[in-house]
Amino acid sequence: MLLIECPYCGVRPELEFVYGGQAHIARPANPAACSDEQWADFLYWRENNKGVHAERWRHTHGCARFFNALRDTTTDHFIATYRVGERPPAAALEGASGSRS
Amino acid sequence: MSRVFRTASGGHIDRRRPLHFRFDDREYTGFAGDTLASALLANGVHLFGRSFKYHRPRGLLGAGPEEPNALVAVCRDSARVTPNVRATQVELYDGLEAYSQNRWPSLALDFGAVSGLLAPFIPAGFYYKTFMWPRDAWRRLYEPKIRAAAGLGRAPEQADPDTYANRFAHCDVLVVGAGPTGLAAAAAASACGARVILCDEQPALGGSLLSESTTHSDAMINGEPADRWLASTVRMLAAHPRVRVLTRTTGFGYFPHNLLGLNQRLSDHLARPDHNQPRERQWQVRAKEVVLATGALERPLVFPGNDRPGILLAGAARTYLNRYGALAGSRVVVVTACDAAYQAALDLHRAGASIKAIVDVRVGSSDGELPEAARRAGLSIETQCTVLGTSGRLRVRAVRIQKLDASGEPAGPARRIRCDLLLMSGGLTPSVHLFSQSRGKLSWDERLGAFLPAQAAERVRSAGACRGVFSLDSAVQDGAHAGLAAAQSAGLSVAASLPELPPPESSASGVLGALAQPPGARAGKAFVDWQNDVTSRDLTLAAREGFRSIEHVKRYTTTGMATDQGKTSNINALAIVARELDKPMPQVGLTTFRMPYTPVSFGSFAGFARGELFDPVRTTPMHDWAARNGAVFEDVGLWKRARYFPRPGEGMHAAVARECLAVRQHCGIFDGSTLGKIEVVGKDAATFMNRMYVNAWTNLAVGRCRYGILLRDDGFIYDDGVVARKADDRFHVTTTTGGAAGVLALMEDYRQTEWSDLNVWLTSTTEQWAVIAVQGPSARRVLEPLVEDIDISAAAMPHMSVARGRICGVPMLLMRVSFTGELGFEVNVPADFGLAVWQAIHTAGQEHGITPYGTETMHVLRAEKGYIIVGQDADGTVTPDDAGLWWAIGRSKPDFVGKRALQRPAFASPYRKQLVGLATRDPQCVLEEGAQIVPARQRTAVREVPIGHVTSSYHSAILGRSIALALLVSGRSRLGETLYVSMPDGDIPVQVVSPVFYDAQGSRLNG
Repeated sequence: MLLIECPYCGVRPELEFVYGGQAHIARPANPAACSDEQWADFLYWRENNKGVHAERWRHTHGCARFFNALRDTTTDHFIATYRVGERPPAAALEGASGSRS
Repeated sequence: MSRVFRTASGGHIDRRRPLHFRFDDREYTGFAGDTLASALLANGVHLFGRSFKYHRPRGLLGAGPEEPNALVAVCRDSARVTPNVRATQVELYDGLEAYSQNRWPSLALDFGAVSGLLAPFIPAGFYYKTFMWPRDAWRRLYEPKIRAAAGLGRAPEQADPDTYANRFAHCDVLVVGAGPTGLAAAAAASACGARVILCDEQPALGGSLLSESTTHSDAMINGEPADRWLASTVRMLAAHPRVRVLTRTTGFGYFPHNLLGLNQRLSDHLARPDHNQPRERQWQVRAKEVVLATGALERPLVFPGNDRPGILLAGAARTYLNRYGALAGSRVVVVTACDAAYQAALDLHRAGASIKAIVDVRVGSSDGELPEAARRAGLSIETQCTVLGTSGRLRVRAVRIQKLDASGEPAGPARRIRCDLLLMSGGLTPSVHLFSQSRGKLSWDERLGAFLPAQAAERVRSAGACRGVFSLDSAVQDGAHAGLAAAQSAGLSVAASLPELPPPESSASGVLGALAQPPGARAGKAFVDWQNDVTSRDLTLAAREGFRSIEHVKRYTTTGMATDQGKTSNINALAIVARELDKPMPQVGLTTFRMPYTPVSFGSFAGFARGELFDPVRTTPMHDWAARNGAVFEDVGLWKRARYFPRPGEGMHAAVARECLAVRQHCGIFDGSTLGKIEVVGKDAATFMNRMYVNAWTNLAVGRCRYGILLRDDGFIYDDGVVARKADDRFHVTTTTGGAAGVLALMEDYRQTEWSDLNVWLTSTTEQWAVIAVQGPSARRVLEPLVEDIDISAAAMPHMSVARGRICGVPMLLMRVSFTGELGFEVNVPADFGLAVWQAIHTAGQEHGITPYGTETMHVLRAEKGYIIVGQDADGTVTPDDAGLWWAIGRSKPDFVGKRALQRPAFASPYRKQLVGLATRDPQCVLEEGAQIVPARQRTAVREVPIGHVTSSYHSAILGRSIALALLVSGRSRLGETLYVSMPDGDIPVQVVSPVFYDAQGSRLNG
């Protein structure tokens, strides 16, 4: 069971959360202007990283807020969590590659 | 006679406490401290079971959890039968009853052994190549027969009557394994003040030290005799306030973020367990730091005939002698590739066994301490030999060896040595299971011939034999170092500086893979995986047939796939495959380690979540009334809903027919409390609703309701429900029962992450409102006397309106809505008043023939009106147009969730499945939901392609015939056509009709 740090509530066990898919996928501001391919990309295309993955979690059994996280999919370690609307902390991204000391 | 197999003194058993037990219905005696294996061995029993595929007679191979052969069933009573238990792990108790498995009629005379004769025809993977024809025969003949012939134990047939507990724990340092390494680690960590949990699968602490002779061992730790060090360390840890010691507790799984699963066995060792106490307890331990001191397992040798009863691992024979006082044989041959096995020879020799020969497969005589001691004791040693084969049916009788020269050619005559005990040792394999489960990376150590823990992915350290540090003093030093380092990393201050790490092992030894055979040697079965009967020839066959990946070889040959998970076979198998492929072992790779390390009872994982506690049960405020009035309930998600209210003597069909007619002719009362309710509030509430649901909400007046449809952005219907506008900035949104949580989650997703600029917030009010539906021509007459503050006349309260007022003195939100097609209202009151208001309405309705009805009637009535149920008629692949609901969409809205997807050309295709009604030619024939629609009657040689399916189907009491809804390709352009529905008894002719079967004009809504 993962330990996840909610930016609002602190470190809580995985049971309290629901996974929310890949992060930073903005719904196109003008859907009518999207081609079918573009809309399909928005609906279905997702990254499948072996390594750092930016994703969303929702603290359903806590504050009920969405937040973002950087997780290494090979180790399930969380590198960072940050609020909706924020960008991933740059330092965290840099330190993400390479082995764990 | 049995006294010959038990030493007079010594060991960790208590000879003052004899225990009586039964194995295969024979009585035996053992002692407290025995395992079932050691006790049977001490009674001269060597035959423990029959192998999985070939039904070969098998005895013990090991003394611990790695045992692959001696799987028994332990029976306490008719409900407490545990199959496939390793006899080496069964603690003996008085009255124990156990049985061997996989044999008939008996262990000694097993008819299954005939499959051994078929061996040439059933090599690895044979089931992929045979039993292919005729195709039908697989299901009817082959599979049942194969299942009956194969298999190990018999599964219990009664429910598990025992209870299982669970506990969560946190600590600074978790030490897995309480051999000398783990004990040293725990001692060092606890000395720094760390909170320590120490666990071991054995009932006693000490690990490998328990295999030392209690009378003649010269093992020393830190300058004192090992047994004294052990006793004082165990005492210290037991008394330490910050140390929790868990025995009989297996660390079975390593999960992310340093969570480990431990399974603690509480009562299996007791003669009379208290059945009010849990049988096992599963610990989930979150440790800041973990020290793995899981030891190493001895590797068997691969040579022809290496599986007969009486052929054991050398270390196991030593354990049986020194720990349990059980002599495994009297004429002993030891075959070894390392020095450690010489200790077994010496100990057995001292106990009075006759060591016929020590056969060393290595080149040149070793000058280590132990071989020197063996020479001094006068034991005969042969070097550079291989084993050609063995003989003996129910017990090994002799072994044939031969010296080989450097090029593998015979360098002497073959020699036959009579023996009743053949010990083998191929070296040690460090136990890296938990480290690998933690996603740590292993690296191949060429010198040791082992995979060792390299790069950790969690906060974990390995110490002692499990990381290739085998000698006792070094292992203790390694453990102490790991314990201190772990305490330090956990944040405790460590007074002294960390001791140095021990030097690497000086002497590398051991052999991997099959022993070399001289050319032209007669091929016999050389077993690699004992439990699944996999031989070295199976592995070379797999390589020859083109399998390159070790994962494929594993699954093709089933090596390592038995309940022992390859503890004694994986490395040898890998070596054989690597040699066949002419690749280095690390390149061929290891298969993935998965939990559990050893089998864990299902009950331990279930814990208390069984029976009534398996899932929470949600009930409405009116539930008890329904139960008292005879309701039959159904599960809708976690909710209990009344399905129908049978009167005495009524079955479901009669009850539903009566309820349906009562609603259409008089009045029905229905509990709709389970439907989801969401309060959407704020200045931008209407904007939010416009963006979420397909409808145009800005033109919905306050005090009015509208049927809302919610799509996903892929254009498919996700949920539906009536939405009421209570104020300019306040909407009361209803959802389906099952969709409530999902709708709220979807709304929150958009609100929080897409449209956070909107001033709107959402509250679930599903459990806050009790909902009582009153439906039927008399509905208004029933409610009028009870309702206060609201004029509910037809003029004042039109269909699809909402008003606030009071009923029976309590606050009420009254909606005039109908899911039945009759005049109808939904009374919403705060949940605490639900029951009282229900009863008041029910009482007031008596003079009008009010009838409680359940979900089954609700389904029939709405189907008669062609109203869909999301989840039944819409399954996530249905668009509004498919369902005939295009009219609900607000066309002038620039955007809403799903709008863009609806513009896909594919969604305009005339070949999409569309909602229609089906009327069977025989009006009393009720179609099966899910049945497929075909264009013509099926003929035997031709299969028609289905063009749709039945989504809802019922008998309609008001129409006196069956009705059905269906999704049909080009449905709306097929009205009037005759098609066929495939049912078990044949193809049923149906006519395509409108989905509205009753009151097409909708006039009954007005009463």
